[in-house]
Amino acid sequence: MSESLLDVRLSVNGVLHELRLPARRLLSDALRHDLCLTGTHVGCEHGVCGACTVLADGRPVRACLMFAVSAVGLELTTVEGLADDDGTLSNVQQAFVECHGLQCGFCTPGFLTTITAGLRENPQPTHEEARDMIAGNLCRCTGYQNIVKAVERAAELGAQQEVEGS
Amino acid sequence: MKPAPFDYVRPGSLDDALAALSGDPGAKVLAGGQSLVPLLSMRLAAPSTLVDINGLPGLDSVEVTDDGVRVGALARHADVLAHDEAARVQPLLRLALSHVAHATIRNRGTTVGSIVHADAAAEMPVVLRLLGGSVDVAGPGGARTVPADELYVGPLESSLAHDEIATSAFFPALAPGARVAFAEIARRHGDYALVGAAALVDGDTVRVGFVSVNDVPTVVDLTGVATEDLGDAALAQLDPTDDIHATAAYRAQLVRVLTARVVREATTDE
Repeated sequence: MSESLLDVRLSVNGVLHELRLPARRLLSDALRHDLCLTGTHVGCEHGVCGACTVLADGRPVRACLMFAVSAVGLELTTVEGLADDDGTLSNVQQAFVECHGLQCGFCTPGFLTTITAGLRENPQPTHEEARDMIAGNLCRCTGYQNIVKAVERAAELGAQQEVEGS
Repeated sequence: MKPAPFDYVRPGSLDDALAALSGDPGAKVLAGGQSLVPLLSMRLAAPSTLVDINGLPGLDSVEVTDDGVRVGALARHADVLAHDEAARVQPLLRLALSHVAHATIRNRGTTVGSIVHADAAAEMPVVLRLLGGSVDVAGPGGARTVPADELYVGPLESSLAHDEIATSAFFPALAPGARVAFAEIARRHGDYALVGAAALVDGDTVRVGFVSVNDVPTVVDLTGVATEDLGDAALAQLDPTDDIHATAAYRAQLVRVLTARVVREATTDE
């Protein structure tokens, strides 16, 4: 059976892409294979591990639990869209560097996107809230302590910028 | 871990969506997809057509009146959870929704989708039954309202016909003086509950709904049961089973503990 292809317009990190895809193409696969944005990682591929988390209209979603055809009209942000255009790391990325928030790095893109959205919603989380923010993401290196520290450090960086900016 | 091929349609109106469903006996509705997409990826389901209702207008609302909360078919769990007025009129919504998977899943998954997916391990079907809610359904013959007690006919099976679409769910308001509580035990935060329990205490009436105990969402009436007998009285009307997550005996013990806990929370000021 030859599979029919659909025209799909995806907006990713502010760039509009026109693709022809089978309906069953997962958003995670469309990002990686069709757009070559391999920063989004695919771990469990059934919504448990959180490695493929991207932002859709600013909210974290699992890219493996959506079809690319169903993502039309959404503004998608992947880990590639977090740093500034000149390569300056975002606060969350900078905090991961400072706090040694990654070991093998496989889960990191999902953590970065999740925490980026989490701190927008709650810029000054308590320790418990910082832990809760990342509860849906798995790190098989089990480096959670430093990831929680990175959430708190990123919040600190954000607060410093608020002060400097005001 | 890739879905089998399917035809895909994204109708712009409810009538077109119903026509697409009627046109293919193997068609399924796609809303949030947080339960359906894993089933497709694991090839436990292989619908010939997916009717994506995410483009339908007017279905993403959460409407609150003194009578209760009406949740549209495209309202995400996160939208309902964050709705302060909905939480005020029916506090059990927020209590239970905070236990539905993780925040990331709640951003995409829909409350109505979860209700008609009819998973006995999910929180919201039991909440709908406990509160005596209903689902509004559109079909080729017009619209109808299905009371929650007539919605669940078997494991993962609702009484909706294949060519019908649930357009909203209605959760009645908490009556003045009535109280609710929710608790669940899961191996990890955000996992499916090993057992969950929701209590509704209204005057002398005590009812408790159970998540992950029977193979359909189940509510038992515990009116008039002495405090120390609550758990065993609940178990007399339940049938906990073994699975890879917990033994039947452990589930029964969790039923005893959680039944006492939620009824106590809904009856005493602690």
